[in-house]
Formats: sequence, structure tokens, C-alpha cells
Amino acid sequence: MDPVPKKKISVKINGVVRTFEVEPRLLLVYLLRDDAGLTGTHIGCDTSICGACTVMLDGAAVKSCTALAVQADGGEVLTIEGLAQGEKLHPIQEAFWQCHGLQCGFCTPGMILSAYQLLKRNSKPTEVEIRHAIDGNLCRCTGYQHIVDAVQMAARLTRRKARGEGRESRSSKRKATSRNSSNSKIQN
Amino acid sequence: MPVSKLVGARVKRHEDPSLMRGLGVYVDDVKLPGILHVAILRSPHAHARIKNIDANAARQRAGIIAVFTGREIKDEIGTIPTTADNPTLRIPPHRVLAADKVCYVGEGVAVVAAEDRYAARDALDLIQVDYEPLPVVTDPEKSLTPNSPVIHSEWPDNLAFSWQQEQGDIAGAFKQADRIVKQRLVHQRLAPIAMEPRGVLARYLADSKDLTVWSSTQIPHLLKTHLAQMLNLPENHLRVIAPEVGGGFGSKLNVYAEEALLGYLALKLNRPVKWIEERQENIRATIHGRGQVGEVEAAVKKDGTILGLRYKVVADIGAYHQLFTPAIPPFTGLMLSGCYKIPAIAIAVKAAFTNKMSTDAYRGAGRPEATYVIERLMDCVARELRLDPVKLRQKNFPKSTEFPFKTATGLAYDSGNYQSALAKALELAGYGKLRREQERLRGRGRYLGVGVSTYVEICAMGPGFWEYGKVEVEPGGKVNVYSGASPHGQGQKTSFAQIVADQLGVELDDISVIHGDTALVAKGIGTFGSRATAVGGIAVYQAAEKVKEQARELASHFFEVDPDDLVFSDGKFNVKGVPRKGLTIRQIAHQAHGATNLPGNLPRELAADATFEPANFTFPFGTHICVVEVDPQSGRIEIKKYIAVDDCGKVINPLLVDGQLQGGIAQGLGQALFEEIVYDENGQLLTGSLMDYAVPRAADMPRLKLARTETPTPVNPLGIKGIGEAGTIGSTPAMVNAVADALAPFGVTHVDMPLTPQKVWRLCRRAPGAGARR
Repeated sequence: MDPVPKKKISVKINGVVRTFEVEPRLLLVYLLRDDAGLTGTHIGCDTSICGACTVMLDGAAVKSCTALAVQADGGEVLTIEGLAQGEKLHPIQEAFWQCHGLQCGFCTPGMILSAYQLLKRNSKPTEVEIRHAIDGNLCRCTGYQHIVDAVQMAARLTRRKARGEGRESRSSKRKATSRNSSNSKIQN
Repeated sequence: MPVSKLVGARVKRHEDPSLMRGLGVYVDDVKLPGILHVAILRSPHAHARIKNIDANAARQRAGIIAVFTGREIKDEIGTIPTTADNPTLRIPPHRVLAADKVCYVGEGVAVVAAEDRYAARDALDLIQVDYEPLPVVTDPEKSLTPNSPVIHSEWPDNLAFSWQQEQGDIAGAFKQADRIVKQRLVHQRLAPIAMEPRGVLARYLADSKDLTVWSSTQIPHLLKTHLAQMLNLPENHLRVIAPEVGGGFGSKLNVYAEEALLGYLALKLNRPVKWIEERQENIRATIHGRGQVGEVEAAVKKDGTILGLRYKVVADIGAYHQLFTPAIPPFTGLMLSGCYKIPAIAIAVKAAFTNKMSTDAYRGAGRPEATYVIERLMDCVARELRLDPVKLRQKNFPKSTEFPFKTATGLAYDSGNYQSALAKALELAGYGKLRREQERLRGRGRYLGVGVSTYVEICAMGPGFWEYGKVEVEPGGKVNVYSGASPHGQGQKTSFAQIVADQLGVELDDISVIHGDTALVAKGIGTFGSRATAVGGIAVYQAAEKVKEQARELASHFFEVDPDDLVFSDGKFNVKGVPRKGLTIRQIAHQAHGATNLPGNLPRELAADATFEPANFTFPFGTHICVVEVDPQSGRIEIKKYIAVDDCGKVINPLLVDGQLQGGIAQGLGQALFEEIVYDENGQLLTGSLMDYAVPRAADMPRLKLARTETPTPVNPLGIKGIGEAGTIGSTPAMVNAVADALAPFGVTHVDMPLTPQKVWRLCRRAPGAGARR
């Protein structure tokens, strides 16, 4: 078996465009873990069942152990490392902490990203919808109950935040308008 | 016990932020320069002679640094250890790689070290092994019959060990009995499936002759001791690190071939080497749990009094022993009395070698089997005598005043109040109403089942297994806590900090809990058997008490008063009657560090350690009630309600206890409903990936209703019993009892696990309308 020539790819990972030279058979998860140095994405089964390797690729949750790195060429990946904003945890992370939604932590990054996709699509999921949405992520520690609680709490936090931002942006718009109008007054 | 403010509080875990950010460092996340990737060639045969191995093509391939076959390194590494105190035990040599013969699918035969992981995997395909297949036996009962294929030629009967015990007048009990109730019960093999498969990284520093092994293990200190023997290294040149460990459930309470093999490769090649188990390797070559087939019979009076119990069980050992393999079936025997007064009990264990992976400790380790036997039996007796299963249980409970309660298996249960946990569970479930509802629905062709399991288990290993703890206060006032326990998800970085914070009156955030590194923690045993808090936590508590006494001595020197004239409150030592003149632990540590003319008998620093070995085990207990509806058309089981009332003594952190229970119950329900390791008669593993081995998913699990009673143990000063395994132990029989109850109108008295829809559907067809009898 002769070595296959490497392929140059470019992927935006957690907001930063990076280029890599990879074997065509390289799995996306190894690109992230070995080449990009982001080891928060875990490998738990190799057969696309456990979901520990879940990342967001172009806005959809995918299992990076069964996607090729070359398939992400030109695409955008969000890994667990890209979720918090500096010191500030993402509301899903905050909720997992509050609700004791993790024990050994190995499934957690994938679990959080599946919840992230759910909450992007459905801001007020029912318990049944949550359980369905994380059905592709296995957790052996928690029995899922605290995870479900955490996703419910995250949904509440996110809605509250959105309402807050909505109010803020409406009021800042108003402020901006009044400022504009005052400016215009001055101009007048 | 001191007045506490943090012990008993729902404190969020210290562990979580880094894990949730993806910054936890598991073995595979440790990167070292020059690292080699290791892959292992495993046998596709369950039983075969290795006639020849040709690894030349693999060795010549670019990027391959080394290939070793089992035959080549046969005498270089010691055998895999096992521990048990049993004179009948037969220990076949268990090498890290098979040399002449393979005995199960997945047994390693050769190892490759390569510059990258893909090259290592490619090279496996280039190794030619010439196998001569041998006859196979996978059924443990068949293995013990005279015409069975022989696995280890030294022992043609395939008997790995036997163990029996008898107490009380067993013959008399069966003579006096009004009825004898018998049941055959199968505990299927299970795979633990920690979400992080195993992994090992080894680095040797030739100059200092130091070998460091990172392993996803529950027992870094025990592993160090065993590896030193296997690799013939001085223990003080060996360091074992358990970094973040992604779940264990007993599967990492072991000494595995790969741990020694990687150490050997690091020494031999003088490069860091890493092996990360793939899931399909994990299901083949990491220990399995359960695997018992037993026949139980009870001698009972018409009124439900249990006079005696006989249990004959064949344990499926697999091809070799792993670390605690021979200890598990006797554990089942010891716990057979359950939470009942049974004056005579006889147990006979026969352990059979089979052409399969070894069984060993999997969450519960022998106790789920015992609880399943006695709890299924109680329901069978109730059915036979037409008694309510709850009344039958109540009739045979010891009173709460009868503790310590001695069983006819030789144990002394520490404390208990089985009646109160049962009463609480019945109330939460609305038991009376449920039974009426069941009657009503049966009339309409709907099949509700109510399963009750009143369990007791044995925890906090225990006499013979100590644990180590150390507490030190840095000169700046921060506190380090060291523990020989090795948590891997249980949250002791938080719960141990709670214990110490209360003892020393320091802030939680000022405490770091350090574990899982033999260079940082002087000694230890590890985390298993629900022991980390009930044994390790006590060691930490005792070390903190000593530190407090040191602080008292120092404070008495600084205040120039007698130590007895000091009181400790609100985190300060005060002179009695002078509440304003106080010194905190932090101030004392700082002052002692810099003090001049400190008398020689006083410590320079606040630091103390303790080793705690309990005088007895602890015996947590509780009642689980499961309510199901079975659809006879599809065989589908719907869980309508699940109530668990558990008593683990005093609770340090209720949030963590809930988490342990919920996870444990999911695993127990997984066994009852879905999970089974299946080998075919050729020894091929049919459930070799997560596509075939059914781990419970979120949508499979019901919402659990948890409640507690609190009966402290007298065995340790904090009254803690342990909670790691209770959920798994209590839940399995609750589910099976519920389904057997639902299927009673079909004449079904018992169903073996897992209760797959196909199995249930067949039972519903087999005996249509055989008449309701409960």
C-alpha cells in the first residue's frame, strides 16, 4: 500500500480559519484532536452510536468520528472549546453545572453540543423532545435525568436571555433613535 | 460530630467547569514529544493453537518502529495477577500476549508500535498468524460436564474454583417446610461500557530509570504495586497517574495486559508509547460483569415464614482470572439473605472456565446477583402462597432494634430500618391504589405490573481494605487534601472539600482535593465497592481532625494559654470567654511557618495524614418500586412509574447521591431490559459493538422519583454508608418483578433478562389467558 498524497484543506474552527494537510482518510475527530489540538471532542465508540465526538459542522450536530476531515473543507466547525465566551460559561454549560448534569465528563462535550442544536431549533422543548434530541448521545453515569433537567434549565436561561436582549436591543434602538433625533435636533 | 454547614448541602461540583469546557485531560489528551502509537493484534478465534506468527511484512513497513509477538516476549513480563483467598483456586498463567494458544476472541497475540495511529492499524493487517482451531465451550454449565472441550489442559474438568458455605439447620428447614419454591435464574453477562474506553500512556526516562504510566484506572496505587512486580522494576521508580477517568463501573478496577505491555514497550523502545482502546476492543477485552446461572430453592411455611434457602450457582469465569474474578461469586453467596431473617442458608458456587473474556467486578459486583436471587424468589414465594409480595417481605424483615443483625451467611448488618424505607416507597407509589388499578385494567385486557424490591447491599470495602488521606494547610492558608481514593466521576473533589471545610472552618474554594497520582499521594487503595467516601472520606476527616489538634497546640502557644482553654467555633480558636481574640486555621498556619523560637514539640506546619480501615462493612438498603404496562401485542414494556427510597446513612452532598442513584438505576434497568453480551457456540462475540450491545438511551429511561431515609452506620464517625452501587442493585429485580407480575394472567412466573419485546411477546402468545393468579 503506497502512501496516498495529502490534501490541503481549510476549516473555520471556533471562529478561526485554519489550514491543514491531511490524509484523505483522516477522520474529522482526529483533525480536531491531533492537528487542531482541541481534545475536548472525545471518541467513545467508533461506530457513530455514542455521540461523544459530536461537534457542530456548518450549523448541524455531526458525529466527527464518522466524518472525514476533507468533508469539512471550506466549512465551519464549533467544538466544545468554542462554546463559552472567555470566563463566561454558555447557558447550557451553566445549567449542566447547576443540575449536576455530568459525572465523569466524557460524554459531556458531545451531549452539550447536541443540546445546543436542539435549543437552536426549539427554544421550549418538552421532556420527550429533549430525550429524543439526545438519544444519539450515550451517558453511562447519570441515567440522563439530570441532563434532561439541565437542558430544560438551559432553555429557560436562553429564553430569558433572549427576552433580556430583545428588551435591551429594543431599548438601545430607542436610545439610538432618540440620540439620532437629538443629534438631528442639534444639527437642526 | 461537629456542627456542620456544608456537609449535607447540595454543593455544585468543583470538577465541572473544566470538564464542561472540554478542558479535562483524559489519557488520550496527554501528548508527549516523540510519542509512538500502539495497536494490538487480537485473536479472531475463541480457542486455537498458534502454530506460527510471521510479522516480517509489518516490521518492514514505513513508520513501524517495533512489532513483538507473544512468543517473543513470553518470559519478559510477569503474568496478570489475581487475588483471592480460596484454596481451590486454579490460576492458569495469564500472559499479556498469548504465546502458544488463544482462549477467547480478543486475546492479544502481537503488538505494534508505530509513528502514527493509522500506520499502527495498517501494520496489524500485515501480520500473518497461523491458527489451528480447537473445540470451543462457551456455556458455563456445559463446560463443567465430562465431555466438554478442555480449556486449560492442567485442569480437564474446567473448574476454576469452588466455594461453599452452610449455616443453620438446612436439612431440618426443608423437612419442616410446607412448601418448597424453586426457581432457575440466569444473570446474563454484561459489558460495563465506561464511556471512555481504556487507555495507557507510558514514558521511560533512561537517565533516572523512572517509568511513568498514565492509565484510565480506578486503582493507581494497586496498579503501581502490581506493575512493579510484572515488569520487575523497583516500586520507587514507578509512578502511576490516573488523569481524568471517563467512568469505570468496576471495569477499570483491574490490572490489564496493556498496562504492563505499554510499560514494557516504553522501557524497550525508550520512547513514550500510547494505546487507546477502541470500543470494539473494549467489548472483547475489557472485563465483563455478572455471568451466573443458579438454582435457588426456599423452604417456606404456609404463612410466608422463610425457613431456609439453598442456592447452587455456576459462575462463568471466562478463560482466565482478572484481578478480582474469583472474589465476585462468593460475594453473591454472602448477600443471599437479603434483608430477611432466614435461619439456614446453604450456598454452593462452581466457577467454570469458558472460551470468553473474564468476568470481574461490574457495578454491584456479586450483590446485584444476590439481590436478584432473593428478590425474585420472594415474589415467586408470594405467588405460590397467594400472598401479597409486600406483606411477605414485611413478615420476614428483622426489626430495626435487632441490629447489628447477624445473617446465616456470616455477616453482621450494621444498622437498618427496612420497614420505614418500604413504607415510604409504598406511600409514594400509592401501592394500594395501584393494585386496584391493576385489577380494573386486567378486566379490560390491559396488563399493569407492580414490582417491589427491598434490597440490602454490602459496601465500603471494608475490613482488609484501608484508605489513606492527608490534609495540609499551606503557609498562605490554602488547604490541600490528598486521597488514595481515585474518583472518576463520583465528585469527591467536592464532597471531600465539604468534609474538610466544615472541620477546619475554611472556605470551600480554598480547598484543593488531589488524587490519582502515586507521586503526589503517598499511598492508597482506590475507588470501588462504594468505598471512596465511606472509607476514603473518613481518612480525610480524621486527618483534618489531627490538623485541627495541631492548630489547637499552636494556638495555645501563641495565646499562652492551656489548649483546653481554647474553643473552636466559626473557624476560629478563641480563648474561652474571650471571643474577640481569635485565630483562624489560616492565621495559625501562617504564624507557625514564620514563627521564631517555636518550641521543638510544636509542628512547623499544619499537616497530618490518616489511614482508616473500618471494622465492618456498611449495609445500605432501600425499596424500589417499578410500575410497568406490558403490551401483549408487541411485547413492549412501558415504565409508568419508578420510585426509589434509598438509605445510605448520612449524606455529604445530596446532589451527588441523587446522581449516583439515577445512574445506577439506569444501569440496573439496562440489565433488566436491554443489555446482554452474547457469544455464539463458536465463541464469536455477537454483541461486539455499540450497534449490537444496547446501552440505555435517554428516551429509554423513565423519570425517577427518589426519596431517602437516613439510618447512620456506627461503623465510621460520619455515619456514611456509600451509594455508588445501590441503584444498580435495587433496580433490576424491581423491573423483572414488575414484568412477571404484569404477565401473571398469562401464567408466567418468571422471565429471564433481558426482557426484550420479542421474549415478552412470545410469553404472551405461549399461554394465552392462562388465568390470573397473583
